[in-house]
Amino acid sequence: MTLAEPMLDLQAPTSDEIMTICAAREMPNGTVCFVGIGLPSIAANLARRMHAPDAVLIYESGTIGAKPTRPPLSIGDGELADTADCVVSVPEIFSYWLQAGRVDVGFLGAAQIDKYGNLNTTVVGEYDHPKVRLPGAGGAPEIAASAKETYIMLRHNKRAFVESVDFITSVGNFHGNDSRNDLGLRGNGPQVVITDIGIMRPDSVTGELILTAIHPGRTVQEAIDATGWSLRVAPEVQETAAPTTEEISQLRKFVGRDSA
Amino acid sequence: MAELTTLADAVAANIHSGDTVALEGFTHLIPFAAGHEIIRQRFRDLTLVRMTPDVIYDQLIGAGTAKKLIFSWGGNPGVGSLHRFRDSVENAYPHALEIEEHSHAGMAARYVAGASGLPFGVLRGYVGTNLPDHTSTIMPIECPFTGETLTAVPALTPDVGIIHAQQADEAGNVGLWGIQGVQKEVVLSSRRSIVTVEEIVPSLSSKATVVIPSWVINAIAVVPRGAHPSYAHGYYARDNDFYQDWEAISRDIEVFNSWIETNIHGTETYADYLQLLADQVKVAIST
Repeated sequence: MTLAEPMLDLQAPTSDEIMTICAAREMPNGTVCFVGIGLPSIAANLARRMHAPDAVLIYESGTIGAKPTRPPLSIGDGELADTADCVVSVPEIFSYWLQAGRVDVGFLGAAQIDKYGNLNTTVVGEYDHPKVRLPGAGGAPEIAASAKETYIMLRHNKRAFVESVDFITSVGNFHGNDSRNDLGLRGNGPQVVITDIGIMRPDSVTGELILTAIHPGRTVQEAIDATGWSLRVAPEVQETAAPTTEEISQLRKFVGRDSA
Repeated sequence: MAELTTLADAVAANIHSGDTVALEGFTHLIPFAAGHEIIRQRFRDLTLVRMTPDVIYDQLIGAGTAKKLIFSWGGNPGVGSLHRFRDSVENAYPHALEIEEHSHAGMAARYVAGASGLPFGVLRGYVGTNLPDHTSTIMPIECPFTGETLTAVPALTPDVGIIHAQQADEAGNVGLWGIQGVQKEVVLSSRRSIVTVEEIVPSLSSKATVVIPSWVINAIAVVPRGAHPSYAHGYYARDNDFYQDWEAISRDIEVFNSWIETNIHGTETYADYLQLLADQVKVAIST
């Protein structure tokens, strides 16, 4: 509708939009990024539309260099293939491209995360008698193992941020300190966790996630309250820069909200 | 040499209750019509294999065809849960479902091993995760050259592999393009294979990036829109509404059972099913 553009600036960004914009900012231009579906895919595409036009987005469906104009509903939408530099088989994407170390960043979501950035997308509760059976591993375990770095984004609440995950689907900093290195994984593991309240980064020695920034209008206490373990807070917590009009506008254009 | 036949005959001739059956198609070219025919012919005790069990496997599981599922990601892409799958795993309802759970990389390695005539595939994977605690088909293996510890997963060799593709030529060679998934691997790793295609053409499109020769395929059936509600690149788009509507059908066992009775058992062929679906949409729009 013609009224959409002028109204755009009046609508304050939602907490999901702030999270997505902050996640997008993390991705340097030129990054080769293996993208999970959902919010990580939206964030990676926002980065590509903003400051990272040379980013290479890889989806596990085998599309390398995909440039979707709309958020794909599934990991294998036709537009990903149409806009990709090349389309390869699933065995090839996981062996030649991911396992061989050609991916800079794995961009993942999860149902649960613990203080070392281990991710659960398998079950809530016991494996044999689950309270909630989640979809399972998909590509995530090997993305978390083999991408040079992992970015994680998920909404911040106590159901998601737990002392220890019910099931390690994808390894973060494992049990902390050198335990990830001892497993022999080639990638460096989680570098940043972006939530709708703030940003966490792992302690360089222990690997434990530390709150390093909060988003405009949110408080450190909110982050502590929404975390299921005793959250460590950096000595100086930054406030993330407020989303710019351009970021909000590009994000809404991509997800198709600008015509709402 | 592939036999050109009907889908009903292809399924009846190649599948038996108790078989291990893999229907592949990585979000694209998902062989829905073939899955429906398996339900229609009331097979039981199947071990179903699929990297991404989605709506078609929810239908197969809910309809009671499966005793076991070998998989790496089970959900309704972009929508949420598969309620028939979840009910089977969480509540053994209406019956229990044994699961053998892997990652995509592991499943891909298993298909490649199967297609290659090797007993196992090898990868850097699963290390540190809880998957090996619950899945016996994930084992460490030492590289005889470097001493490095890697992960071995056994070959997948289904009794029957089933895919959908855009085209076959008159000699039965199959051509497909767009997202390729493990379409070639599942045909080559399976003892028997069925391919449904959109159409038979005099010669395959130059767009076909994957060509599977006729002589490794057992049966080909022409089933237009046979991948609906998934899509066939260059033929029709994904029916996202169907995936969204599936949430409500799948959530309630009675609604689900009634859907299966009306739409699958109440139709004789996939073409009848598609016609019924189109009529239902028309009624929904006009009321």
